[in-house]
Amino acid sequence: MLPRFIRKSSLLACTAAVSMLAFGQAAQAVDLTVYTAVEAEDLARYAETFNKDHPDINIKWVRDSTGIVTAKLLAEKNNPQADVVWGLAATSLLLLKSEGMLEPYKPKGVEKLDKKFVDKGAVPTWVGMDAWVASICYNTVEAAKHNLEPPKTWRDLLKPMYKGHLIMPNPNSSGTGFLDVSSWLQMFGKEKGGWEFMDRLHKNIARYTHSGSKPCKLAAAGEIPIGISFAFRGAKSKAKGAPLEIIVPEEGVGWDMEATAIIAGTSKLEAAQTLVDWSITRTANEMYNTGYAVVAMPGVAKPVEHFPPNLLDKMIKNDFEFAANNRKAILAKWLERYDSKSEAK
Amino acid sequence: MTELADTAPAAPLIKPKTSKDDRIMVGFILVICLYLLITLAFPLYAMLSKSFSTYAFDLTNFEFQVNAGDGWSEPFSAAEQNDKIQKFKPKDLVTSSDGRLATTEFFPDFSFRSPTLYRLRQVRGDTSFLFGTERVDDTEWHEYSSNDFRRIVIRASGDTGLDNFRTYFSTPALFRSIENSLFISFLSTIITVSLAFGFAYALNRSTMRFKGLFKLVAMIPILVPSLLPGIALVYLFGNQGMIKGLLFGESIYGPIGIVIGSVFFTFPHALIIITTALAISDSRLYEAATALRASRWRTFWTVTIPGARYGLISAAFVVFNLVITDFGLPKVIGGQYNMLAVDIYKQVIGQQNFEMGAVVSVVLLIPALLAFGVDRYVQKKQVAQLSARSVPYVPKPHRQFDRICLAYCSLVAVFIVGLIAVCQYAALIKFWPYNLSLSLDNYNFEVMDGGGWDSYTNSIQLGLYTALIGTVVVFVGAYMVEKVNGFFTTRSAFQFLAMMPMAIPGMVLGLAYIFFFNNPDNPLNAIYGTLAIMVICTVTHFYTVSHLTAVTALKQMDREFEAVAASLKQPFQRLFARVTVPVCLPSILDISIYLFVNAMTTVSAVIFLYSPDTTLASVAVLNMDDAGDIAPAAAMGMMIFYTNVGARLIHQFVSRKLVRTTQAWRGG
Amino acid sequence: MTVQNKGEPGSAKPYLQIDRLTKKFGNFVALDSVSLEVYEGEFICFLGPSGCGKTTFLRAIAGLDIQTSGTVMQDGADISALPPAERDFGIVFQSYALFPNLTAERNIAFGLENQKVGKSAIDKRVNELLELVGLPDQGPKYPAQLSGGQQQRIALARALATSPGLLLLDEPLSALDAKVRSHLRHEMKALQRRLGVTTVMVTHDQEEALTMADRIVVMNHGVIEQVGTPTQIYREPDTLFVADFIGAMNQVSGRVNSDDRITIGELSFKSRTHGLASDAPVVAAIRPEDIVPRDPRDESEAENSLEVEIDDMEFLGSFWRVSLKSSALGEASLMADLSINATRTLAAEVGSTIRVALPADRLWVFPPAGSL
Repeated sequence: MLPRFIRKSSLLACTAAVSMLAFGQAAQAVDLTVYTAVEAEDLARYAETFNKDHPDINIKWVRDSTGIVTAKLLAEKNNPQADVVWGLAATSLLLLKSEGMLEPYKPKGVEKLDKKFVDKGAVPTWVGMDAWVASICYNTVEAAKHNLEPPKTWRDLLKPMYKGHLIMPNPNSSGTGFLDVSSWLQMFGKEKGGWEFMDRLHKNIARYTHSGSKPCKLAAAGEIPIGISFAFRGAKSKAKGAPLEIIVPEEGVGWDMEATAIIAGTSKLEAAQTLVDWSITRTANEMYNTGYAVVAMPGVAKPVEHFPPNLLDKMIKNDFEFAANNRKAILAKWLERYDSKSEAK
Repeated sequence: MTELADTAPAAPLIKPKTSKDDRIMVGFILVICLYLLITLAFPLYAMLSKSFSTYAFDLTNFEFQVNAGDGWSEPFSAAEQNDKIQKFKPKDLVTSSDGRLATTEFFPDFSFRSPTLYRLRQVRGDTSFLFGTERVDDTEWHEYSSNDFRRIVIRASGDTGLDNFRTYFSTPALFRSIENSLFISFLSTIITVSLAFGFAYALNRSTMRFKGLFKLVAMIPILVPSLLPGIALVYLFGNQGMIKGLLFGESIYGPIGIVIGSVFFTFPHALIIITTALAISDSRLYEAATALRASRWRTFWTVTIPGARYGLISAAFVVFNLVITDFGLPKVIGGQYNMLAVDIYKQVIGQQNFEMGAVVSVVLLIPALLAFGVDRYVQKKQVAQLSARSVPYVPKPHRQFDRICLAYCSLVAVFIVGLIAVCQYAALIKFWPYNLSLSLDNYNFEVMDGGGWDSYTNSIQLGLYTALIGTVVVFVGAYMVEKVNGFFTTRSAFQFLAMMPMAIPGMVLGLAYIFFFNNPDNPLNAIYGTLAIMVICTVTHFYTVSHLTAVTALKQMDREFEAVAASLKQPFQRLFARVTVPVCLPSILDISIYLFVNAMTTVSAVIFLYSPDTTLASVAVLNMDDAGDIAPAAAMGMMIFYTNVGARLIHQFVSRKLVRTTQAWRGG
Repeated sequence: MTVQNKGEPGSAKPYLQIDRLTKKFGNFVALDSVSLEVYEGEFICFLGPSGCGKTTFLRAIAGLDIQTSGTVMQDGADISALPPAERDFGIVFQSYALFPNLTAERNIAFGLENQKVGKSAIDKRVNELLELVGLPDQGPKYPAQLSGGQQQRIALARALATSPGLLLLDEPLSALDAKVRSHLRHEMKALQRRLGVTTVMVTHDQEEALTMADRIVVMNHGVIEQVGTPTQIYREPDTLFVADFIGAMNQVSGRVNSDDRITIGELSFKSRTHGLASDAPVVAAIRPEDIVPRDPRDESEAENSLEVEIDDMEFLGSFWRVSLKSSALGEASLMADLSINATRTLAAEVGSTIRVALPADRLWVFPPAGSL
């Protein structure tokens, strides 16, 4: 507890803590179990900011990587433990939706959000928070050692000089990996072009990681010169002093959004709705903006340090429906083609 | 005499009246049997049935009507349409729970620009289809324009059968893992057993110095999670590794890394078994060999190896089992090299394909069960061999041999201590390899994945509860099954259940727990997501070795204690409290420390079971490494190491203290 | 409980009545329909080679391994099916089964505690028992600090602590060395006599049985071969097995000749024939000490006497055991115990010829083994 507190010990936070205590005694606090894949270091801040407006709702985080949270939710399908999902990939939420696990709810002020951040259903089942954009983490120091030019496009990565110097997440275990694959298919051709691109890329890949943020962290640590990951992770590592360059390939980049939804059958519907309402407010969007350059409410986002400035323009028109409905087939095909890399040697 | 016996009425058959003690004891056995059924047999059954739970598209349940501007056609089912166009064979229709099939597939000349209208309905309400992302599971007719119709996918419905296994064995990327797992396990087994044999041989047969120190060092790997050596190897041989040149360009990520790491974490297990085997060998055989002027080399092959063969076989199977079921190490350093245990994780966590996860679990069970069976068989043989009284071997000094032994043991010790030291160093480096200044930043777990310092305290809680509850359950169970009279069937059922956990890989157990406990119909559902389920799971996971330790201790007790107590009209519980427990106290403490240390280091079983309130240090190591926070992962790993070292020290201290007060009689 | 009966069969009611006890372990019959009556205050020994069923018999009486069929009555009550805790006995095992973590006095007190007996009463009783077994100062010691004999006595004291009606001893002396053993024999016997507690002891040591028991039950292959006082067992064995198992016994094959004569080799002897048919094969048996050397000066043709040659002589301290051969007897040789005096008178030495008599009342005749 201590380090977290010191970090945030602004006057504001102290006031919040005091008021929390005061309110906490007056109002009956509700415990909301919230499943999330938001980065661990942001969770405390999210809860604190939320509690400033709603001190009577106590958030109990269940945090894990996207894959695990999704697996958990699906495993618990017949007996959901979560009340709300706040900060899980929209792709995953679509999966939950197709299982009928989400409670449709139209949060107050949803019309203020960018349309692509809201579920298309008559009553939306989920609302987006921020976008989470693919990009390339490029370690200048290590690249120099191997005389690697900084790639400008995805196709640049196919050049022979990058052979063995690339790492990307395995789409079968990482949401980020799937996001990359799905964006390539959408950009380069769903039937042929995308797969041809990946066939050639595969030859240059040193290995696939299980986690989506790991390639960037490995690049930051110099373990590999180039990691295909997402911008947010790169910015964080850069902030820590890693010799990183975050490259947004010119063809455009895939993205997913972090989104919020209510789990059907929750016994704390009212509190859940309060949280979802709050999650799309301006305050919340400003809060997301601390780490994410693209947020759901237009006009809110300020440039984020270390983030590439052209990010928003490069985001492709992502077809989530395509991604969700073809996910299984894509992953099976990917598995068949690339997942026995060590044997191919 | 015989004639008399024939004519006299037969003596009455006696149906022994069971004593109150026996009834209570059988009650206890039944309770613990029930415990093992609930915590082991039922979950495994749930998992097994999951592996047979298949998904397929039920084409008969979907009906179409088409209107190409000339009125609606008669309804026809997707099955009829499929027969007509010969599109899908039955095996194409097998899928997973998340399988989706576009309805346009049934209309070869479909164009989303045509003005044709389509209608779709489900005959029964037990399937569903998606329009875009909207789920439809009613039995109404739904009408779509061709532009909308292309957004429709039908979903699979459940069935049972062998289809999952068929899919598994027809997917090379999946079943090749079997080959990989076997290869890695064989190789690691050979290396570990050879190294451990040399080490044990040096400890037993030489008069070199520092034996005590070597014994301590050799036990270090038991105190850390199996994935910790993986982290150390990354720092040593990774692309930024300190001594990566030693690999001559080979990548540490893959078989090389897994094998080195496996050798590290299985070494102490092999050493313990082989040391025991060498220690029981009979010095008279060596005297005979010396008398026959056999060379040291010949003596080694004709006396030493045959004498230790059961130990060697047993060690080999234990190592094999540990490697093939380990999950943490290949996850950390396996790179693209797929192993069965990691496949389970990938199927379940990466793809949410629980059925396939269950299938891989079943596949992983087979080599594990085989290894277990052979090991049990060999152990039985060894017991028979042991019954002869032998004279322990006392080594004589031999300068050159002692020097070689010392050098060899030092090498192994450097390997073990080296890996641990690298981890500790890595944990203290600010930002490897760019900023080598030392700091404690990596211990700031709050800002990392994995649950922060809470996960550390959770782990300690888990360790303590597991040690406490586990020891009680295991020891009481072992006592009952050893000392109750009669009830042969119940006892053998219990023995069987108690031996089973050893053959069940942790991943499989953890997954089985999800299937069993996270079922709303299960009255025990409430413990899902709590510390309790992890305590239960960990106790069950490590039940067998604890049980055997307890049984061994109990077997050393005089068999007639119970008879004496009964003749003195004393209930068994008084004997248990006054005599059995105090006499077995050293073993009881051993069981608790074993459970504690394993609870601190285990990853595989609990990876599926932890919840936000119950994140664990060992899982945090995995998750932090997974997220690329390798240094904090090393830091947390070292926290586990120091905690276990501390626990061992406390255990020693307490043991010694208790021994002084309760075991005064041993002094004689 | 006054002791008026010193183990004389036939008087008063038996304390322990065992009727056709059978114990099977799977297909193996460990006890085959054995019956026995034990009188109050008696000291009974079950004697036999290992595997004869004696321990099974004892454990059945204790209720530790309850019999398959047959009844056990103790003091008039049927205890056949009762578990040990509901029977009335104290037991001492070969291993003593002393609780290693309890001192000698705590061991003795074990059966007294928890029985609504006051602490001071317990202490008094423990001291009394320590006194009784002759170890008044050893109370605070742990079993491991006591010698084997001392441990055995503590085990005895513990078994007697609750004043059981029946004392069961399962080879209580066999783990001790010979000297301690013979000393303890007398002590235990004396103690048993003093307390008058009905006692059943299992032993494979005939000397132990002969010196301690009021009556001996000789067992073999799960059946009782003979029950009798030590002298009866020794002097009048009922079966060849008993004759062979207890003491030394010469055995020579022969045939029944007539009602009161048998033939061995070329010689005919007067003997009991137990109504066996003429010409039936028999084994004649005589103890070495019952072979009587004849004064060489006595020329009279005494009954059952024969001329033998001394084949070998073995000096056993107080007497000579000599091996005797006679061509008239065929291959068989006889062992005879000759007093030192007799050897001197006879001038016996290897190779010399002497005359010996096999008194008819000392000559036992049995059907050969396996012919029953």
